[in-house]
Amino acid sequence: MTHRHEAFLTLVVLAALGLAGCGSPESPKDVVLVTHDSFVVSKSVRKEFERETGLRWRILQSGDAGEALTKALLTAGNPEGDVFFGVDNDLLSRALAGNVFDTYTPPQLGGVDPRYDLDPDHHVVPVDHSEVCAIYDRTWFTSRHLVPPRHLTDLVLRRYRGLTVVENPATSTPGLAFLLATVAHYGDFSWHTFWEELRADKVLVTDGWEEAYNARFTGGSAHGTYPIVVSYSTDPAAAVYFAGRKLERSPVAVIPDTCFRQIEFAGILRGARNSKGARKLIDFLLSERFQAGMPLTMFVLPARTGVPLPPVFRRFAPTISHPLELPAAKIGANRDRWVREWTDIVIR
Amino acid sequence: MDRHRDPLSARAWRAVGYGVPLAFLAFFFVFPLAEIVRRGLGSGGGESPWSVLTDSDTRQVLWFTVWQAVASTALTILVAFPAAYVLGRYEFRGRSAVRALVTVPFVLPTVVVALAFLAILPEGLQRGWAAILIAHAFFNVAVVVRVVGTFWARLDPRVSEAAATLGAGPWRRFREVTLPLLAPALSSAAAIVFLFSFTSFGIVLILGGPAYATLETEIYNQAVRVFDLRAAAVLSLVQLTCVALAVLATTRLEARLAIRGQLRSERDVLRRARTLGEKLVVLASLGGLALFLGLPLAALVERSLAVGGGHSLAAYRALTKPTAALLATPWEAVLNSLVYATGATVIAVVVGGLAAFAIARSSRWSTRLFDGLLMLPLGASAVMLGFGFVITFDRAPVDFRSAPWIVPVAQALVAIPFVVRIVVPTLRAIDERQREAAALLGAPPRRVWREIDLPIALRALAVAAGFAFAISLGEFGATVFLARPDRPTLPVAIFRFLGRPGELNAAEAYALAVVLMVVTAVSVFLVERIRVRRLGWF
Repeated sequence: MTHRHEAFLTLVVLAALGLAGCGSPESPKDVVLVTHDSFVVSKSVRKEFERETGLRWRILQSGDAGEALTKALLTAGNPEGDVFFGVDNDLLSRALAGNVFDTYTPPQLGGVDPRYDLDPDHHVVPVDHSEVCAIYDRTWFTSRHLVPPRHLTDLVLRRYRGLTVVENPATSTPGLAFLLATVAHYGDFSWHTFWEELRADKVLVTDGWEEAYNARFTGGSAHGTYPIVVSYSTDPAAAVYFAGRKLERSPVAVIPDTCFRQIEFAGILRGARNSKGARKLIDFLLSERFQAGMPLTMFVLPARTGVPLPPVFRRFAPTISHPLELPAAKIGANRDRWVREWTDIVIR
Repeated sequence: MDRHRDPLSARAWRAVGYGVPLAFLAFFFVFPLAEIVRRGLGSGGGESPWSVLTDSDTRQVLWFTVWQAVASTALTILVAFPAAYVLGRYEFRGRSAVRALVTVPFVLPTVVVALAFLAILPEGLQRGWAAILIAHAFFNVAVVVRVVGTFWARLDPRVSEAAATLGAGPWRRFREVTLPLLAPALSSAAAIVFLFSFTSFGIVLILGGPAYATLETEIYNQAVRVFDLRAAAVLSLVQLTCVALAVLATTRLEARLAIRGQLRSERDVLRRARTLGEKLVVLASLGGLALFLGLPLAALVERSLAVGGGHSLAAYRALTKPTAALLATPWEAVLNSLVYATGATVIAVVVGGLAAFAIARSSRWSTRLFDGLLMLPLGASAVMLGFGFVITFDRAPVDFRSAPWIVPVAQALVAIPFVVRIVVPTLRAIDERQREAAALLGAPPRRVWREIDLPIALRALAVAAGFAFAISLGEFGATVFLARPDRPTLPVAIFRFLGRPGELNAAEAYALAVVLMVVTAVSVFLVERIRVRRLGWF
């Protein structure tokens, strides 16, 4: 064997070893937020936290809300970071049963609407809420001189046949919220009838929000063929904000009594390396500064009371003061069964 | 020949050829996957493993997974074959551009492609198995065109010409001469397409609609939505078993089919289309492919321009501004993608190349097993592997969960099988007599390797490198789990925009997809060119 070959061999082996040897050490000055893909924070707000606390705020995003929670459950006790943000009331029971969080009651909690504070032990605290609603394309209905639906029960009327697209509750968060809305409205068994009728009316079921809104909804970017879609109450504001031109009226509108409330929580991960920093981060997530930025970055509403909303929200997004609700414990005990029953009714 | 060789050197090389790929695979694939499956099987609750296995739903899902993968593979070969023929037989202007362009669909995020298909498929075809098959063919055409086309371009046309002189008609020549000679490359490409279709996820979810499920979507559903890790683990084992069987069958087939024909340089094989008939064949083959691939891509471009009721470049302009959707600018995402892709390509070419040389040298059952093992990452569940990474590499000294190099390593796992499948058939096809002739002329074994094996392998390695680069550019399933949010790749950035409401966000997602298309075409073109130029063979 020539020296050149030997050198090459050594290099390959060294490269393999070197690759295996370098992790990334975390300094105690870091605080790590584990969250889902939809989490967004502006640079200036992030910098403000770092300036105030002297900590470096690192963010780890791992897939959608379900994937991120599964990862947190798998690493319970030896977490990837210090704080988890993004478990909602639909999945709260699973997170609490998985013993993922340590308890912490932040002083800022006093400023938060108590309706959102669902965990009395404060393993998690509410950070934001949003309402999943059926929304419709206003232009589509006006141009055809049709009266748009006003209530949940209207969706199964003959004249709205074949106009609705919903997400699969087995694979999509808004889809699940809308299923829960029908359970909350109709009660334990009558919700079956609603969905049987909706199926007979040729409701379209998509895997996720992206397809439903972007490709199937007439008000989406691809101008689909369904003028009613399950989405969020903030959409009228988002549709104006991201229209690419100035609009005086939002092209989409909410059917208010179809709305189901989703609350997103944050908590300190059990086994966090920097639990002191974690508490500071939770405090910051509940601070007015952070809460005020959420509407325009994540399209969710602050859990804190009295936070001023951006003008586009004040003008175009309706306030849903009495959404449909179900106790988190009831959701936890029945969610999987409801989804199975729904699948049997709507898909099979 | 071996007796001419320095025995220590030969043994050392064999140890590296088997050792490095095996160590890499054991550590980054077998170890994390075994951890998550063990954890899943041991977890309480949920159904018992046996009842998952015998459930009629499971059988139905398994049946659909298998038949749609077989049908997708057949359709892909059918669609790609004319273009592979033209690339393998004719010289024409823009030939390397065609090879690079055909790779574009292969890297696009499945969600984006699925949405593009919804835009162009007629209403009746938008949902169901037909849409799934068409989309799989769209994605995987590149595999067949490039793998088979490259190999074809090295086959000596005189064999077929001799058969013609002996009176064999075109169909008989194709069936009895060309097809057996092509078989190794064809079975290689088919194996890859089969595995990709077998583990398809986004396409099945969107274009199949909620009534269709494959093992992969069901594993995801059990692991993430229902959080029944035991069922997910059982289904992953079922999936791996199927994949292993399919892989062993192909490697066996490939080893048996390998014909040691004379491989020649492309320059000697390719010629210009002369007669009108030939010109029409070239035009029709390429035109047909361009239409099939071009329509969905055109739909994407159109979507990226649709803002504010009309068409404009607003989305592209918005991409240059800081955005709330990402913790980095979209252009940083382009840079990240290129850096990760370079890393993944280097790893995949080194590890896969070493393995390919080891595999091509022997046809023992242990080598076939080794070969099959290297293919497994293509057929394993991405979500289970991702979770495996998270629970395995979580404690010192192997706490890699946020190490930036874990991204190219994970991408290389998917790219290595490509390198092996592309390089092995070429190496196997090297005529032993060429080596013997060189040895007879007094060349020492190392020189034989350098003058015969290496140059022939380099062309295949260049194609493989182009593929590895493309795979890394387009990889989403593992990257979204492992990439740090301040270092998003292009597909991750596209997904973030797609998840936000409003017309402009959707247009920006499609605009980034167009950027990804351009980056892919240009870089695959360059990767293949640099190799061939610099090493200056032919």
